[in-house]
Amino acid sequence: MSIAVTTQIICFSVLSLVILIGALGVVLLESIVYSAFLLGGVFMSVAGLYLLLNASFVAAAQVLVYVGAVNVLIIFAIMLVNKKEDLKPISDIKSRRIISTSICLTLLSLLIRVDLTNVWSLSSPQNSIGEESTIRIGEHLFSDYLLPFEVASVLLLMAMIGAIVLARRDVMSKDISTGLPVDQELIEKSSEPLLTNKN
Amino acid sequence: MMNLESIPLQAFLIVSSALFCIGIWGLLNSRNAVRVLMSIELMLNAVNINLMAFSSYVDNNLIQGQVFTIFVITVAAAEAAVGLAILLSLYRNRVTVDMESFNLLKW
Repeated sequence: MSIAVTTQIICFSVLSLVILIGALGVVLLESIVYSAFLLGGVFMSVAGLYLLLNASFVAAAQVLVYVGAVNVLIIFAIMLVNKKEDLKPISDIKSRRIISTSICLTLLSLLIRVDLTNVWSLSSPQNSIGEESTIRIGEHLFSDYLLPFEVASVLLLMAMIGAIVLARRDVMSKDISTGLPVDQELIEKSSEPLLTNKN
Repeated sequence: MMNLESIPLQAFLIVSSALFCIGIWGLLNSRNAVRVLMSIELMLNAVNINLMAFSSYVDNNLIQGQVFTIFVITVAAAEAAVGLAILLSLYRNRVTVDMESFNLLKW
């Protein structure tokens, strides 16, 4: 039934390495497009970890939703907002980096200490349902988690409508603030931005 | 299924802790707003790894952690859609994705 332990450990090490190096690449690389594709790799490796944990349904959901939807959405957003711009230098960038890095390292050491010192009450492997987890998830979703399931569907509908409303262009014939006619073409033009030059 | 010679639970927890901290670092240090959203996705994935590991090692009969992971994935998809829509309309108004220039709420 289960894969041999050595194979499991090898798979786990490779997947963890890919996850950690990919995540570092996501936050550290200069090019945002490379970051987006590395993020896809990280999502795939996380799905591999789920497979190691006998959760094939969640692994499939991870691949479908994260790689198929979220990552594609991120790449589309990069395509729409990708403009070469020279960022203004920040004066205290160095102290900010030092403070944030030390906070993250402190948090990491704290978490690892908790992970290693706490005594987890592991359940016996005889009770494990293993590969039948998909059936059990279905039972959960339609019995004791029925209300969250329905609320999640409402949430998805609200998110869809909200995203459409937020991201669409003006469809009115006149601009409310200026009174000028709004052009309805699909090509993004440089218009006078409303909120710039505040500082 | 998970006998004592298998991968320890702590290995999964350490990987997810490291992933979470990388996500926080990216969230704090990114100038590009899209990268901030990517860091949030990394943190959500770290939480998901934690939930899945606990559901497999601590609660391996009633795998409630997997159900929670499904819900987290749902909320993450909704969050990504709305976040990127906000980003697009923000880009339309301010013609930049630099996080340092989104300072209208700063006094």
